[in-house]
Amino acid sequence: MAATERHIGRRRERAEPAPARQRVVGDPVPGAVVDFRSVSKKYPSGDLGLEDATFAVHPGEFVFLVGSTGSGKSTIMRLLIKEIDPTYGSIAVAGRDLSEITRRKIPYYRRNLGVVFQDFKLLPNRTVHDNVAYALQVTGGSRRDVRQKVPDILRLTGLSTKLHSFPDLLSGGEQQRVSVARAFVNHPPLLLADEPTGNLDPETSVGIMQLLYRINRTGTTVVVATHDKAMVDRMRRRVIEVSRGRIVRDERVGGYTGGESTREFGALWREGLQ
Amino acid sequence: MRFGFFVREALRALRRNAAPSFAAVATVLVTVLVLGVFIPVVQATTGAANEIRAKVLVDVYLVPDATQTDIDRVRRIVEDETPGVGRVEFISKQEAIRAERKAGRGDFYELLGSNPLPDLLRVTPERPEAIVEVRDSLAPMSPSGTRTVIDASIDEVQDRKENTDKILSATRVVKLTMGLLAGLLALASLLLVANTIRLSVYARRREVEVMKLVGATDWFIRWPFVIEGVLVGALGGIAAILLLAVVKVSLVDPLAADFALIAAPETMNFGLLVALLLGAAVGVSALGSGLTLRRFLRV
Repeated sequence: MAATERHIGRRRERAEPAPARQRVVGDPVPGAVVDFRSVSKKYPSGDLGLEDATFAVHPGEFVFLVGSTGSGKSTIMRLLIKEIDPTYGSIAVAGRDLSEITRRKIPYYRRNLGVVFQDFKLLPNRTVHDNVAYALQVTGGSRRDVRQKVPDILRLTGLSTKLHSFPDLLSGGEQQRVSVARAFVNHPPLLLADEPTGNLDPETSVGIMQLLYRINRTGTTVVVATHDKAMVDRMRRRVIEVSRGRIVRDERVGGYTGGESTREFGALWREGLQ
Repeated sequence: MRFGFFVREALRALRRNAAPSFAAVATVLVTVLVLGVFIPVVQATTGAANEIRAKVLVDVYLVPDATQTDIDRVRRIVEDETPGVGRVEFISKQEAIRAERKAGRGDFYELLGSNPLPDLLRVTPERPEAIVEVRDSLAPMSPSGTRTVIDASIDEVQDRKENTDKILSATRVVKLTMGLLAGLLALASLLLVANTIRLSVYARRREVEVMKLVGATDWFIRWPFVIEGVLVGALGGIAAILLLAVVKVSLVDPLAADFALIAAPETMNFGLLVALLLGAAVGVSALGSGLTLRRFLRV
């Protein structure tokens, strides 16, 4: 697990002093990575995406966001990557109020997030290596950066042999691994995964969940959205359940230790599949 | 490093999207080729029309017994007090008869014994259309419908009316049609190239969305597309211009000696034409791809 340790090191290097906090609406939770305060989102069509949602996610947490289709999970994800803005309430990520980020600054904000999508969203014209490298190049990473970090992260995600394959030649599980590698190559403090196993068969999904857990163990906060309620109940993690735009449950299920190994975590997930 | 990266990205896009890229290059090539042929044709035609129009003249004949003072006076009236006059040329009786002799009709005048030709002021209007103005002010229409001259020493004002009207209306039609065709063709080329570029960008809109989600700034995404547009425009433009040059050297230049239309002096020189076409091709392609992207960058 040498690769993992190197990533922990890099994350520490990157840690910068948090920007000055502004206490405006309600009571922000100090030190939270994600801080939702009375957030509502009404779509122009009149659909209610989210209603009065308040929750906070702390550094290093592994959080499941559950709910059936259309419950508001994706709205939360889209709010977090600032694809949409809330109608009411305020969202802060790492102490930074999202409403203060102008359209021009959004790309810079997104570089602090790793995002994994259900449909992978890989660039079809680039090899696995180049897809991951793009996330570095976007931030102005030099060729040396790319040479150093990309092979490393691909080893961590188990893709070393697929370096020069194009995404359409990979299986779904492998594509999702590339997507995770791309999300994590910048060592973001927060990793969002929107139904990362939604398009994958159960056995492959174990691998992806293990990978996300491994990343979480490096100190990265991970938020995973999924519709599989039965599954997350077994995982002994924090679960936030949304239903019809409201948060109906926010609790730690079972003895939350956070100390189990990746193998144990994977075993739990596999159990849930049966 | 940044610029190099963008160029590499543009080249990769061209390579990986060979078919749409080829279509775009071919479109630019054909368009530039057609424009490159048509622009000189329009210019030559307009030039020829202008040359014909320059032949529109008003002849002011003086009375046979006009003295030098009369001539000077009339000349002053024509030059200074008549609107629309461009150039005035005085042809004296002697010069007129010399011209006639030169034309081989001298014997006829010998027979007469005296010079029957009047002094003549040949007026070129400043614009061909101004001929009406010149005529009307030198020989205004009287209420009875006949023309009277404004000075006693003027015998007659002739504008060769029929010729003038024919020339004016015919050349106007030619110039108008050519202008209209040129405008339409330029517009069609613009739309065609812009649309082809649009399609090739449209095919990659999802890619742009992904780039935005990974945290790329608008210009980080846009530059490779703009460079790609420049390359497409330059490739198509250069290929077309090479073809044009070959045609010019092998076909047009040998003919130019024999046909006045091709050798018309007002045709743009080839270098300027090349620069203009290449600039337009590159500009339209780059702008087209840069602007089309705007829509997809709003993620």
